[in-house]
Amino acid sequence: MSIKQISVFLENKPSTLKQMTGVLAAHGIDMRALSLAETKDFGIARVIVDDVYEAVNVLKEADFVANLTSVLAIAIPDVPGGLDKLLEVFAETNLNIEYMYAFIGGKEEKKAYMIFRVRDHRAAEAKLVSKGLKVLSQEDMQEI
Amino acid sequence: MERYYQPEIECASPEKLKQIQNEKLVKQVRHVWDNVPYYRKKMEEKGLTPDDIQSTDDLYKLPFLSKADLRDAYPYGLLGVPLKDCVRIQSTSGTTGKRVVAFYTQHDVDLWEECCARAITAAGGTDESVCQVSYGYGLFTGGPGLNGGSHKVGCLTIPTSSGNTDRQIMFIMDLSATILCCTPSYAAYLGERFKELGYGPDDIPLKAGIFGAEAWSEEMRHDIEKTLGIKAYDIYGLTELSGPGVAFECSAQQGMHINEDHFIAEIIDPDTLEVLPEGSQGELVFTSLDKEAFPLLRYRTRDICTLTREKCSCGRTHVRMGKPKGRSDDMLIIRGVNVFPSQIETVLINAGYAANYQIIVDRINNTDTLDVQVEMTPEMFTDNLGEIADRQKELVDGLRSMLGLKAKVTLVAPKTITRSEGKAVRVIDKRKI
Repeated sequence: MSIKQISVFLENKPSTLKQMTGVLAAHGIDMRALSLAETKDFGIARVIVDDVYEAVNVLKEADFVANLTSVLAIAIPDVPGGLDKLLEVFAETNLNIEYMYAFIGGKEEKKAYMIFRVRDHRAAEAKLVSKGLKVLSQEDMQEI
Repeated sequence: MERYYQPEIECASPEKLKQIQNEKLVKQVRHVWDNVPYYRKKMEEKGLTPDDIQSTDDLYKLPFLSKADLRDAYPYGLLGVPLKDCVRIQSTSGTTGKRVVAFYTQHDVDLWEECCARAITAAGGTDESVCQVSYGYGLFTGGPGLNGGSHKVGCLTIPTSSGNTDRQIMFIMDLSATILCCTPSYAAYLGERFKELGYGPDDIPLKAGIFGAEAWSEEMRHDIEKTLGIKAYDIYGLTELSGPGVAFECSAQQGMHINEDHFIAEIIDPDTLEVLPEGSQGELVFTSLDKEAFPLLRYRTRDICTLTREKCSCGRTHVRMGKPKGRSDDMLIIRGVNVFPSQIETVLINAGYAANYQIIVDRINNTDTLDVQVEMTPEMFTDNLGEIADRQKELVDGLRSMLGLKAKVTLVAPKTITRSEGKAVRVIDKRKI
């Protein structure tokens, strides 16, 4: 039950990120989370939005190179040691995290949401579920 | 079946060709001597008179003309007829900072268009073809030359000129254009746009393309042929000599036939200026045999290539020139190494990238730097920085083995490199020497 992240190529120079957010803003797309990875010349913006397909289409129309990546989203209680406890499961099952980022949200109950990029998201999900963890679906994300 | 526009000339026997050249050369040297004091002075400095030139065997005696002469003689110094007999000028893009202005009489325009007609016919053009000319119209010779050639062949000509890509595509699709004439970089760009719009090679009515005015690689040819579903023909020319059509490719695609009834080609050693034997690589030099208004003798093109007289399977007898390795104006010397943009293009295309690149040369702390900017494509993009860095490194390695130089590869956003609707800006040299 992975969710889709949009990855966008950005040159590492002033205003390129703003050009991207400008396109999303113009189309009323709501961002849930954003993480930036950078090298000296370029970077990748990784974004979780409410309407993934619309977002990819409008970005491509605006000449951005963007694609969809499957990532795992897990909600944890926003308390000290919350992430540590979750990562214990990753360690036990020998799961490597390629990258991750987090955000806090939730309409009724405030939670911490962890987004993980792993090599094989299906295998990883099976391991996590077997340890009693809930991996969020695209629909779950829309509810946040 | 191979088609010819003027079979009696294009397939003339070598003896017949030589006879035509001898007669025209003697006449042309006399014309220049009588009417172009600038060149007459050069001949006099060598102790020559028109009587010294009896046939093409005497060609080597004549002095050379170079781009510097064109600059010195600007604008009227090389004019061979009174201005009232001229009907047109054309001018180069001046990308290298040296704008050339060439003059034409009606006769000159006709012979130029005839050369283009030969090229269009060799690419399969007939009076049933629909020929879209997407070269720029105006001072640039591309548009007017192919336009005139297309008329002479009797094609339905669509004079779109360059630019407005979606309108170009609309005309190609709506009017079923079968021949496309433009620069190779613009053809590649059109191909990209066709893809974006969801048209595959089978959907596009084009059958042939005549692409020139820029150096382009064999790899780029295959790329364009695949995307547009056409056969892509090279065409060569210089404004100084007339424009496109000085030489053109036939169906054999083994070099371009030089229109030898109008132009004599020689290959010289650019350092010693000696004429080199057939097959040697060197600088291409042209003598125009018929031009009235701008009759250049032994004009040094700066283009590096080879000539061959080997029999061509198309039946034409005119000498063939190889694809110029690059105009020596395009050649960069980076850390003492000769670099042609076409080599960089080959590396990119072999690695699966589009030929959308720009080369930026600079000198930092007295060391030349070479930065190749490549547009990111959906095929190469992933969410993983490491994988992208690996691909970047593959390009760096590819460039190192092709050029023998370490280059930096910078990935840039799509459509940020200046697209040529006329000519691509491939090289930016920031070195101040």
